[in-house]
Amino acid sequence: MATILVFGLLLTLPWLLDLIDQQYLLSLATRVLIYGLAASSLNLILGYGGMVSLGHAAFTGIGGYTVAILAFHSYEKTPILGWLPWLQGTENGLVAWPLAMALAALFGLITGAISLRTKGMHFIMITLAFAQMVYFFFTSLDTYGGSDGLALYGRNQLPVLDLGSDRNFYFLCLGILLTFLYLTYRLVHARFGRVLIGSRENEQRLQVLGYATFGYRLFSYCLAGAAAGLAGALLVNQGEFVSPGLIHWTRSGEIMVMVLLGGMGTLTGPVLGAAALLLLEEYLAMYTEHWMVILGPFLILVVLFARGGLHGLLFGQKEGS
Amino acid sequence: MLFFEQLLNGLQLGVMLFLMSAGLTLVFGIMQVVNLAHGSFYMIGAYVAATVTMHSGSFMLGLLAALPAAALAGMVVELLILRRLYHRDHLDQVLATFGLIFFFNELTRIIWGRQPLFMDVPPWLAGSVELLPGVNYPVYRLAIIAVGILVALFLYLLFARTRLGMQIRAGATNREMVAALGVNIRLLYTLIFGLGTLLAGLAGVMAGPILAVEAGMGESILILTFVVIVIGGIGSVRGALVGAVLVGVVDTLARSFLPDLFRLFLDSSAADRMGAALASMSVYIFMALILTCKPAGLFPVND
Repeated sequence: MATILVFGLLLTLPWLLDLIDQQYLLSLATRVLIYGLAASSLNLILGYGGMVSLGHAAFTGIGGYTVAILAFHSYEKTPILGWLPWLQGTENGLVAWPLAMALAALFGLITGAISLRTKGMHFIMITLAFAQMVYFFFTSLDTYGGSDGLALYGRNQLPVLDLGSDRNFYFLCLGILLTFLYLTYRLVHARFGRVLIGSRENEQRLQVLGYATFGYRLFSYCLAGAAAGLAGALLVNQGEFVSPGLIHWTRSGEIMVMVLLGGMGTLTGPVLGAAALLLLEEYLAMYTEHWMVILGPFLILVVLFARGGLHGLLFGQKEGS
Repeated sequence: MLFFEQLLNGLQLGVMLFLMSAGLTLVFGIMQVVNLAHGSFYMIGAYVAATVTMHSGSFMLGLLAALPAAALAGMVVELLILRRLYHRDHLDQVLATFGLIFFFNELTRIIWGRQPLFMDVPPWLAGSVELLPGVNYPVYRLAIIAVGILVALFLYLLFARTRLGMQIRAGATNREMVAALGVNIRLLYTLIFGLGTLLAGLAGVMAGPILAVEAGMGESILILTFVVIVIGGIGSVRGALVGAVLVGVVDTLARSFLPDLFRLFLDSSAADRMGAALASMSVYIFMALILTCKPAGLFPVND
């Protein structure tokens, strides 16, 4: 019942906002969906796989910059990197978005292969370090705005859907998020997910049983990276702007906060967390410019007293996974 | 000559990083707590020192006010929040201390405003000395290096030679046993945490005259501090010392010499860009290399 209600609300939201004359909230809702995607992708490795990555914003940054750089060269009519004449820029989403996902996944493959050799605190720190490398890399690219970032002239183009319309863009993000959640659901309930969750609980035991857990973990790390890369591509399309701020480590922290706030290891928890954090920011900012002084202690209270996050508060114990 | 000067600069950065990482690695090694908010105490130290120095005109008074302020803030945080998280997941600790960062950054903005404060080098440490013929080096930076060496010595003596140090080391190995022997382990933990934040505050005071004192200043050094303790081996004070000096030297040398190096085989503007990009990434690349060879850091602590 509740599920149908939520679906109904999400599907009719643009018209509901029209009805109460609050159309500007649509862009906030879209951002919730996109951050929901980013948080869900982190949840795949953090919640189910037990990999505490503090560098997830690197993936969104790579995805976002891929889209922005392709668009930049498309306006300028210059070859990418200045020395590959056959590599032209593009504003076509069907080219840019898969490329954004592929590059993010490739980054995940390279860094994951190194990071996954470490455990615990070391894993947290090494993922953070790789994200910092990406941050400084894009900060140093003067052609693409350096630390000031790069503005786009418009959103990417898709064959049928006009993304210039905020309403269309909202539905696209909703569709992508739901698709990803469905895929996650299928994945964690398949043998793949069992191995992933099992290696979170006791990796050695699974290895003894004959599973190459490293491969499973690395694959899910790349998969999460690709999804976060797509989230980055969408985010840059939504705001028509990209900057290294998208990759700053506090951004990785925020995505992690969304997962924990919503309830990690649950399917819808991260989306709830993204909604809660973004709405809270928006709401508190209306009252005081110093809203972080309230948000900070709020997060601490959640940790101390609401284990299992919002999902745990709303639906009781964790989903059996 | 330039190389020698940059080496000293690297050492000076290394010493600052050591002050930060010693406290952080102590807390992690003994209490198993990941404290992302460690940079906040560095910021508190810098702000209190800058304010007191500005009003009293004395750097020493600023220093004397800042150290207890940082230690006290640390102990209050330990008593109110972190104490409840010792047996929790690292993840809970990350989230709670992330909240603390938000809180402290915004609090300093409320109290001191958004404009950065600037601190002068105290007159008795101003100027420079000629270390080698033709090499002048600022006295203040030498003083920082000296303070760092003294602190390292102090920590060594504290741990290796005193009863308190023995209890701390024993507490890290077996908390229950030490408590059963009649040591007040809760008080001990609070004191260690206070010592760690005091050292962070000291680093903040010393950074004041070199950098701008502003909200969020703790985060940039915090990340480098984490790099240091991960390279050194989490929980090892000796590792923190070696890691800090390595990171300080690698970072400083890469920034000053990489662009020149690239000029040997690239045109100058491309070399500057490549050099600057690689220089700011150098410590992270360095860390990845070390962890690839030694996943537990240079001086792993056995547990």
